[in-house]
Amino acid sequence: METNVYGFPLLSLIAYLPLLGAIAILFMKNVEKKVIMQSAFGVSIVTMLFSFLLILGFDSTKSDMQFMETREWIPSIGVNYVVGIDGISLLLIILTTTISAIAIVSSFTAIQDRIKEYYVTILLLETGMLGVFISLDFFLFYIFWEVMLVPMYFMIGIWGGGRRLYSAIKFFLYTLFGSLFMLLGILAVYFLNADPAIGTGQYTFSILALQKMNLPMHPYQYWLFLAFFLGFAIKVPMFPFHTWLPDAHTDAPTAGSVILAGVMLKMGTYGFVRFCLPMFPAASHYFVPLMAGLALVGIVYGALVALAQRDVKRLVAYSSVSHLGFVMLGIFALNTHGITGSILQMVNHGISTGALFLIVGMIYERRHTRLIADFGGLSTRMPIFAAFFAVSMFSSMGLPGLNGFVGEFLILVGAFEYNKIYAGIAVIGVILGAAYMLWLFQRMMFGPLDNPENQKLKDMNRREIAYMAPLVVLMFWIGLFPKPFIRVLEPAVAKIVQRLSVGKLALEQGSIPSVEEVKSESERTKLAARLDGDTKLEE
Amino acid sequence: MEASVPDIQLIAILPEIILAFLACALFAADSFVPKAHKRQLGYYAIGALVLSGLSTIPLWGREISTFSGMVSLDYYALFFKLVFLTISTIIILISSRYIEIERINLGEYYGLILFATVGMMFMPMATDLLSFYLSLELMSMSFYVLVAFMRKDPKSVEAGIKYFLAGVFASGVILYGIAFLYGASGTTNLNAIATFIATQEIGKSPSLMMSFVLLVTGFGFKIAAVPFHMWAPDVYEGSPTPITAFLSAGSKAAAFSVMLRVLINGFGLTSGSWWPILWIVAVLTMTLGNLVAMVQTSMKRLLAYSSIAHAGYILMGLIAATQLGFAAILIYLVGYAFMTLGAFTLVILLCRTNHRGDQISDFRGLARIHPFVAGTFILFALSLIGIPPTAGFVGKLFLFNAAIQGGFYWLSIIGVLNSAISLYYYFKVVKVMYMEEPPDDLRLSFSPGMKIAVGVTAFITLFLGLYPEPLIKAALTSVKIFL
Repeated sequence: METNVYGFPLLSLIAYLPLLGAIAILFMKNVEKKVIMQSAFGVSIVTMLFSFLLILGFDSTKSDMQFMETREWIPSIGVNYVVGIDGISLLLIILTTTISAIAIVSSFTAIQDRIKEYYVTILLLETGMLGVFISLDFFLFYIFWEVMLVPMYFMIGIWGGGRRLYSAIKFFLYTLFGSLFMLLGILAVYFLNADPAIGTGQYTFSILALQKMNLPMHPYQYWLFLAFFLGFAIKVPMFPFHTWLPDAHTDAPTAGSVILAGVMLKMGTYGFVRFCLPMFPAASHYFVPLMAGLALVGIVYGALVALAQRDVKRLVAYSSVSHLGFVMLGIFALNTHGITGSILQMVNHGISTGALFLIVGMIYERRHTRLIADFGGLSTRMPIFAAFFAVSMFSSMGLPGLNGFVGEFLILVGAFEYNKIYAGIAVIGVILGAAYMLWLFQRMMFGPLDNPENQKLKDMNRREIAYMAPLVVLMFWIGLFPKPFIRVLEPAVAKIVQRLSVGKLALEQGSIPSVEEVKSESERTKLAARLDGDTKLEE
Repeated sequence: MEASVPDIQLIAILPEIILAFLACALFAADSFVPKAHKRQLGYYAIGALVLSGLSTIPLWGREISTFSGMVSLDYYALFFKLVFLTISTIIILISSRYIEIERINLGEYYGLILFATVGMMFMPMATDLLSFYLSLELMSMSFYVLVAFMRKDPKSVEAGIKYFLAGVFASGVILYGIAFLYGASGTTNLNAIATFIATQEIGKSPSLMMSFVLLVTGFGFKIAAVPFHMWAPDVYEGSPTPITAFLSAGSKAAAFSVMLRVLINGFGLTSGSWWPILWIVAVLTMTLGNLVAMVQTSMKRLLAYSSIAHAGYILMGLIAATQLGFAAILIYLVGYAFMTLGAFTLVILLCRTNHRGDQISDFRGLARIHPFVAGTFILFALSLIGIPPTAGFVGKLFLFNAAIQGGFYWLSIIGVLNSAISLYYYFKVVKVMYMEEPPDDLRLSFSPGMKIAVGVTAFITLFLGLYPEPLIKAALTSVKIFL
């Protein structure tokens, strides 16, 4: 059944359109390069346009999931095909479809080898990412979550540079490691929910149903939070799980870095917002010092390491570690300002870091080097490039009037409300962020144009301007008039905050019983026996 | 002891009778088929398997215990019969080209596969220690010959001797266990043994303890669980590749099918009393299998160690010992059969005259030459690792499900760590395929049978990952006999 204004399964259409496109491209001849590129671009644009239909049909006053589709899938273990979105997923879906289309356009000249496979890969990746944001069933969610890793592995491994093989497998191993722990967490939640003493007594993977559980803090919320934490923190990545990120970013092709930074890193933070906070509200409060601590270390550490980089792409990669630290800090401020700011900052980071990676890609395509020392004085040769670079850089730094400022400001307000020291440390990150970005810009764009190689550089062409322009428009739009974006988020965030307040209350009053109170060891065995005989499984 | 003539319902073993009869006929016909046309015997063997499969149709839904309780036909037995028939059909499909290349295209090859299949089909039916032992031996004897079938290749001969010695030793151990069990209970019927054991405390009866340990040891050999796995890598490497696939998919599933019968039906043990010993075996098996697989350069040895590791995962279902756990074993065995057969099929594809093609480096650049085949390998690799949407993921999901439901958290954590490790070596092959350049002489030995085998295994691996409902239902129904 579909419950949306259009009367057809719009979300599924959006999610599977790239997959269908990928299959169609699979059957094209490898020599028809132009046709392949145009079809891939066409598919991504159509997907993007369909995703805009979501905005038109979205009711931003409701906090419930919208555009829901529910179908029976594997009834014997309680798996259904359920998709739906709220304001949080809406923004991320739009971000995904836009970034994917831009990534495809940006690859037209950069990718010359195995073109067919490349566009198949990138479209598969898009389906995987969209699927993650729309899934409301853990089984479905997990499929998309894992499927996404495979095309990214190939993207880094085949079309990457440097130590691409090492980076590709490192990326895959790290994220798989985390997600398997998340899988165990999911299974545990599934069985806990099936226990009538704790949950609803039903075997279901429905995310909406499992979010309503009131789990005992010890040991369930405590350990399950940590299991999910491993899955998401590696993906974000939070310090100290971040080491795959600089490698993956540096060695991935430009489009790969753009997608990685633009969308894939958001999966982790999305996971925290969507799963950890509502399912384990008490544990979320309990772990704030740890989470905020790691986030702050990430902010400062990422910024400091970025300062020391000699490779532009690595610098931008480390700046991501720092920025994602902000997002995590906002989420674990556990209040409306912080969470709203974080979600907005996820989008902002996607736009501004995506733009920076595109900038790096352009210069790399021209010069085949990314060392900062190889450049200098480019602004005289490439004024348009310099302008786009400057805007993206200011956006990434959080200059008022651009998008980064709005997100960072809200996060800092949220952090300040929670704990003034957190906000104080985070501000250091803002300052450092300005430092490494301005210094980078100064070293690359100003000064004498003394390298003869650089004197032959051409400015951005029309295609490059065309795909950078939407990002710049968004930077100004969110920076100057963020109201529509925040309004979409309000109901969804309010719901999470309300859920968190219940958790906080429970944690303070101790009204969530610890497991010792719930049951002793012998009772647990009895429970297992009862679960065995449960009628649901015997059917 | 009763002396009356037992009531025998031959219908219960109709598929086996048909298959055994046709296998005998195959041996007879072999002398009349000229060497160049031995492939026709392969078609004949497939026909025999299909006929045997069709003869299971009138048996659906029937529960027959016959031959004085020696064999019993139920959903569980039928489930495995169909699995074995499918596996054998695929094995024959991938064999015909291979045995021509290796110049071992003799009619006996097909006949022995059919006999091994008959043995396997009896195994899940066995409700008596004697029928269990006989069916196990029928399967093993056929395998001893098949493993050494490339009699001019020293490796194959070595594998044959190793497998024979290890197998006979295991059979001896099992027989010894049977003797103890019979000595203690005075019966060989599993149901009668279960009734007897229900009144005893196993820990206090030395002969029951001995029989349990000996039987588990014997089964450990058959499923290649650590520390009884030593034979597996050499045998897997030396055997003709289709036989390696048959060992890995068929013989393992058959051993598990009868292991469940004996341990659950016979010993009637629940997870409380016996899991520590199996827990250790499972953890050692999966960890050692995966760690050693990482350093292999031969594809067949890599798959051998991966096969060991998979036995370790499957043991998780036995440790949990719940309906979910048993069903997980069945689901995993089916999924595993298809993914491992698919992987071996690709190894066979690389085999051509004077070139064995079973090294990982032989896969270099395969994606450039034949993207579809390379694509199916990604699917099989994902399935073997347990990444969705594949049959392997659904299987692992059920195994972990069972472990978590039973409260075996550490076991499931070790299980997922192992899955993550296995990514490394499966993707080592993917890396070679996609990120290295092909040698000039890379060609694939396609035959119609191979094409069907690759297509079918890949399709089922994917299909079971996307829509496992029928398999889950069948598995849950089948294991009801243990409840």
